[in-house]
Amino acid sequence: MSLTILFFLAPVGVIIAWWLSRQRLTAQPWLEVGAIGEVPDTSASSLPAATIGLGVFLAVVSSLFALFISAYFMRMQVADWAQLPAPKLLWLNTGVLILSSLALQYAYVAARRGRMEDVGNGLIVGGLFASTFLVGQLLAWRQLNAAGYFLAANPGNAFFYLFTALHGLHLLGGLVALGRTADKVWRGFELNQVRLSVQLCAIYWHFLLALWLVLFSLLTPWVGDFVVICRQLLT
Amino acid sequence: MVDVTIGAAGPIQPAEVQDVELYHPKSWVTKYVFSQDAKVIAVQYSITALSIGFVALVLSWLMRLQLAFPSSFSFIGPGEYLQFITMHGMIMVIYLLTALFLGGFGNYLIPLMVGARDMVFPYVNMLSYWVYLLAVLVLVASFFLPGGPTGAGWTLYPPQAVLSGTPGREWGIILMLSSLILFIIGFTMGGLNYVVTVLQARTRGMTLMRMPLTVWGIFTATVIALLAFPALFVGSVMLLLDRLLGTSFFIPAIVEMGQHLKYRGGSPLLFQHLFWFFGHPEVYIVALPAFGIVSDLISTHARKNIFGYRMMVWAIIAIGALSFVVWAHHMYVSGMNPYFGFFFATTTLIIAIPTAIKVYNWVLTLWRGDIHLTVPMLFALSFIVTFVNGGLTGLFLGNVVVDVPLSDTMFVVAHFHMVMGMAPIFVIFGAIYHWYPKVTGRLLNEPLGKFHFWITFLGAYSIYFPMHYLGLLGVPRRYFEIGETAFIPPSATTLNIFITMAALVVGFAQMVFLCNLIWSLFKGKPAGSNPWRATTLEWQTPETPPGHGNWGKELPVVYRWAYDYSVPGAEQDFVPQNLPAVARAA
Repeated sequence: MSLTILFFLAPVGVIIAWWLSRQRLTAQPWLEVGAIGEVPDTSASSLPAATIGLGVFLAVVSSLFALFISAYFMRMQVADWAQLPAPKLLWLNTGVLILSSLALQYAYVAARRGRMEDVGNGLIVGGLFASTFLVGQLLAWRQLNAAGYFLAANPGNAFFYLFTALHGLHLLGGLVALGRTADKVWRGFELNQVRLSVQLCAIYWHFLLALWLVLFSLLTPWVGDFVVICRQLLT
Repeated sequence: MVDVTIGAAGPIQPAEVQDVELYHPKSWVTKYVFSQDAKVIAVQYSITALSIGFVALVLSWLMRLQLAFPSSFSFIGPGEYLQFITMHGMIMVIYLLTALFLGGFGNYLIPLMVGARDMVFPYVNMLSYWVYLLAVLVLVASFFLPGGPTGAGWTLYPPQAVLSGTPGREWGIILMLSSLILFIIGFTMGGLNYVVTVLQARTRGMTLMRMPLTVWGIFTATVIALLAFPALFVGSVMLLLDRLLGTSFFIPAIVEMGQHLKYRGGSPLLFQHLFWFFGHPEVYIVALPAFGIVSDLISTHARKNIFGYRMMVWAIIAIGALSFVVWAHHMYVSGMNPYFGFFFATTTLIIAIPTAIKVYNWVLTLWRGDIHLTVPMLFALSFIVTFVNGGLTGLFLGNVVVDVPLSDTMFVVAHFHMVMGMAPIFVIFGAIYHWYPKVTGRLLNEPLGKFHFWITFLGAYSIYFPMHYLGLLGVPRRYFEIGETAFIPPSATTLNIFITMAALVVGFAQMVFLCNLIWSLFKGKPAGSNPWRATTLEWQTPETPPGHGNWGKELPVVYRWAYDYSVPGAEQDFVPQNLPAVARAA
């Protein structure tokens, strides 16, 4: 538990420490009274609040999945663990999710360059690919069920369903935001009114892609073997 | 991220803090029910949290009645007793303390104290409250379903939480876990607001080191909570799957009534790790806002600047960071590796250092201050005393060898009620007496307030001091009835009756408080805009109670830190944060 959590907490701690180091925490505020025109600024970031908000939210989501993954590693050590053979379909799904992420990146670049039509196209294609990914995940569940890998049969299976379901739910939430952004484009909002939304969607999509790659690699057997080897080396 | 450094000479860009476009409510419903105004949301949070808190208070009476007069009440059986314990603990820690400090005080004070018009994401903020309310209703629903609420203890340890011998196994545990999941989702929505508002919406001149310590406490606590609550989320989701779908995350192979259950191989210890990875930071999620608020109350009511402001900020940050590396001190008796215990005992004792710094600084703030024994000040002082008392027994329990024999006794109950029950509650009361005039425009009645204070303060000590002694005698906690033992003297029964009497009296004093809240709303003395002559921004609003958007036409500009009390040469004994420097230079 502690090791995986450290892997997560360390970068978060570094970011917080870096941010704090720039906040003049050694100031002596009782001596600093600002005359008119000399009021110090607030040292707020120049990024929009929504971007910071998304960043904080992604930290929370990372914390959530880091804890799930640490639970996964701890539960793995018990003798009844059996790794589930990841269906081949997952490779295809991964490809689809990468395409979805690329489409949103395309929309974002288009938004920056002011090509409104391409923004709309990028969003729609990205949304379609993401939906396809979700359908593909459901198909993978059906394949596993048909092959007898039920949820409660083994903790390995349970973690597989849990990870894919939670990741899917996060993507579903992203699709809602994507839908709202696409709707704005559709209704002919100005470019500068949608640029930020498109950017945030793209960031969220890339994050979910990276998260999926981590989860996918955990669910494939060779990572399980690798963890076992590491553990033997450590102990 | 581009930070603009302080330039003494450079002109200030006018667009440094952009004015936000507020949502303007058009009907009564959007103004007072589905409101996006942080002040209304704060009041909604507070009323809900206090209401559910009263339920938990009544549950504690029922437990105390059972302990003092065993087998006198036909409606309290062993099962009910465990249900009361569980619901009392969970409600008080999560649904009252966490919700009130962050959802209530956070929502009201952050925008006002940093000089913002509102939270940065008002719509999400509104959703946060409604999801919280839903979580409370789901929890309350478990009282009315067959089997009643869960009796698994507030830690919900598996496997017993989902086994058939535990009360509330049918519905109670399911609703409890669902309610927790909802609470965390709702809290995350609110938490994003509190953090980003402090980061991005501070008014001109409000640097981090000029923020009142209340904001520092709530801000740091929210960051901790955002990172720690996911652990409870993970534990709850997995336990829910174990209960509903028969997975074996936490439940090992078990034979129940001669029958092999379908579970096998699960690790109960894994749940304990997840629970306490949340559970210990939770202590500081509650304590840090309390620390911050107490600092402001003491400074204001002793008419003196806070001693060692910088140290106070650093201590808050240090405590926040350390709170993540002490969780296993709740698990000394779980059979984990003894080296782990050694590590966690060390980190636990290290946390005493920043905490002690804070206590010293409060005391030094009082030193030669012009102490006004107002009701908020009385509660703040009682917090310091109580927190030190509870903290000292924490040093005992933080050591493995002392903890092992004491872990399952009333000593632990007394310890955490002092440090995490009474101490934060005193701050909540103090804060309500302090900020009620800003929220309503009227002061709370002072004689009633002093009555409330003395009964609560003396009563709390009558309850918990003897309880330490009972613990040292070996009286176990969680027991429905002690019965005959070879080691507990009969005098323990007398002491139990005394404690119960004290608990009932303290409980009734809270009814006085409730009446005061309602009575003063209509008949209280009009407070004016700044009854305590305080420096922080929330007292400098153009209207009291503050109107929609808080600041009228223009945002305030901050020229100084939050603690300019009794400045030599100043006209008054306080200089508001938004007063230009001329007054002081004179």
